[in-house]
Amino acid sequence: MSTVFTFRIDGKDVAGSEGQTVMEVAEENGIDIPGLCHLEGIHDRGACRLCMVEIAGSPKLAAACVTKITEGMDVTAHSEKLQEYRRTVTEMLFVERNHVCAVCVANDHCELQDLAADLELTHFDLPLISPKLDIDASHRLFAIDHNRCILCLRCVRVCDEIEGAHTWDVMHRGLETRVQTDMGIPWGESTTCTSCGKCVQVCPTGALFEKGRAVASGSKHQRPFLPWLKTVEEERGR
Amino acid sequence: MSREIVIDPVTRIEGHSKITIQLDDRGEVVDAHFHVTQFRGFERITQGRPVHEMPAIMARICGICPVSHLVASAKAVDDILAVEPPPTGADLRRIINLGQIVQSNALSFFHLSAPDLLFGFDADPAKRNIIGLARENPQLARDGIALRKWGQEIIEWLGGKRIHPTWIIPGGMAKPLTAEVRDRILAGVPEAIAAVERAIAWYKTDMVRWEEEASTFGNFRSAFMALVDREGNVDHYNGWLRVIDADGKLLADRVDPHDFNDYIGEAVEPWSYLKSTYWKSMGYPDGIYRVGPLARVNVADRMGTPRADEELEKFRWRVGRVAGSSFHYHYARLIDTLHSIEKIEALLRGPDILSTHILSRAGVNRNEGIGVSEAPRGTLMHHYKVDDDGIVLWANLVIATGHNNMAMNRAVLQVARHHVKGDKITEPMLNRVEAVIRCYDPCLSCSTHALGKMALRIQLVGPDGTILDDLAR
Repeated sequence: MSTVFTFRIDGKDVAGSEGQTVMEVAEENGIDIPGLCHLEGIHDRGACRLCMVEIAGSPKLAAACVTKITEGMDVTAHSEKLQEYRRTVTEMLFVERNHVCAVCVANDHCELQDLAADLELTHFDLPLISPKLDIDASHRLFAIDHNRCILCLRCVRVCDEIEGAHTWDVMHRGLETRVQTDMGIPWGESTTCTSCGKCVQVCPTGALFEKGRAVASGSKHQRPFLPWLKTVEEERGR
Repeated sequence: MSREIVIDPVTRIEGHSKITIQLDDRGEVVDAHFHVTQFRGFERITQGRPVHEMPAIMARICGICPVSHLVASAKAVDDILAVEPPPTGADLRRIINLGQIVQSNALSFFHLSAPDLLFGFDADPAKRNIIGLARENPQLARDGIALRKWGQEIIEWLGGKRIHPTWIIPGGMAKPLTAEVRDRILAGVPEAIAAVERAIAWYKTDMVRWEEEASTFGNFRSAFMALVDREGNVDHYNGWLRVIDADGKLLADRVDPHDFNDYIGEAVEPWSYLKSTYWKSMGYPDGIYRVGPLARVNVADRMGTPRADEELEKFRWRVGRVAGSSFHYHYARLIDTLHSIEKIEALLRGPDILSTHILSRAGVNRNEGIGVSEAPRGTLMHHYKVDDDGIVLWANLVIATGHNNMAMNRAVLQVARHHVKGDKITEPMLNRVEAVIRCYDPCLSCSTHALGKMALRIQLVGPDGTILDDLAR
């Protein structure tokens, strides 16, 4: 039997098993910590930096999704300062590419949009980069609009860890970073893609979408199969 | 010394523009231009987007008639998918399109133009507005506001919101109509008909005052173009293009809207962001034609609904089979509105209107698509080209106000010739120049796919380019 640790999040006494992350225990206790790369059922990678929390005694902020719990730790998940950091991180996600909610397939069911609303991000102070990015619509059923990709890499992880196809990966660095299919060939020419659509379903924005869907008619608000990801993971003994 | 008069900005229209009136050495008007001074570039910004996004992007061209762009754009994408929406899907599109026409026509007639008609063009501008209208003739103002509200509510109830609804999608409609919404719209029909009939009755009594004015109010010979159905009735959603000349002779009939490029050319002038379209066989700039409510009533054999047909008969008895004066746009707009309300009722009472079979699904089957419908201001054309994956490569829009561009310029010139005396901008001239533009209810946001709200500026310019007088509102 694993060791149980007791500790505090936002002043609330909570308990979790050794090996669990702060994010998992927070979720179990109804404490909402935002996150766009985190998704139950696939491995965490601490990429989006939205789940940053303060841990008493540590000079650094820690990503709740990849920080293991310890006995007696004192976590602050919500404060004015953290709110401000999260707002800035979200703003940086927006200005890095081209997010135009009004004409996006994911309008009204987009995690980035919801987060911006929760954080009361009403405008951008940072300059827009407005890169000119492509859409790959070569796949028969799906398309990717890199303008809306926030590089959470949920697609890469779900394709590798759940579907086992590893069609998706990442290429280039920094601002040039892109998700790619089969070493950078058009999606429609991929020989590994099974067209299962999991990547589309886990995408938090409108970057991956079903072809032919009109604006605001994305289906990602319904993910009945996602809880099964966790079961699959457990059955595989991960 | 010749000079130029400039009116900048033009008020109580939708968008930004200015007018320049060119005078010769003797102070006579030699030319006049209606300049549209805004630029947006929707044809460029949509390049590279998936074609299924087009209706929603194109709807953003205009906050007044987004539904018109949704309809024409969805039809163009239907064409690329090579599908027809199921009959109920098409009927639902017709209903929301007609709701759009009712609200936009009401805005144009009651809110923007009725103050001129009620108080006269020379009345104090402080009074000559919708507020003054509400004081002087509260019933007329109430009817206008109620009609616009009803049209807006139809859009909201059907599409989810009044401006930029997302109900119309490529292949048909996103959701079926419910009996509750159908009955709610139907409940408002009798009052809407009563309101527009009161306005028609008022207009018919009042217009006697304006008979002389109408004769110089953009009264010229031109062709007219509109969509008509198989029987020759007005059709706001589908049908064939029919073009008649000033005497009512057919220049073209049963033209498949997909072939519009064979008949219509587009010219660009350095002084305006608004393209000038022309009838190709007559050449540029002689191929002048008009679209919109006046064109619809002139071109069609009949409206196709009983009350509107009765009014159309009276209209023709009063102003002739083919009305030439732009002043009669107002009268035609009321008949067009009456017809739209009757048509909405007829469609809602259709036996299959609650059918859930409203969407045809398909992938990209063609690389080019054209969608044509009647917007409040006239025939609207969307034309797209896509690659095999459905990514937009090219788009061209031909907008009602663009069709009317040469006619508006002609109308401004006529009014200026009649009213410009000397090198000063006089109030009567200014009022009439603005009012003649308002007849066409131009939407400059649409026509340039441009940005902003309308204001008017007039400049009076001499032959050497000196600005003699400059007036802004």
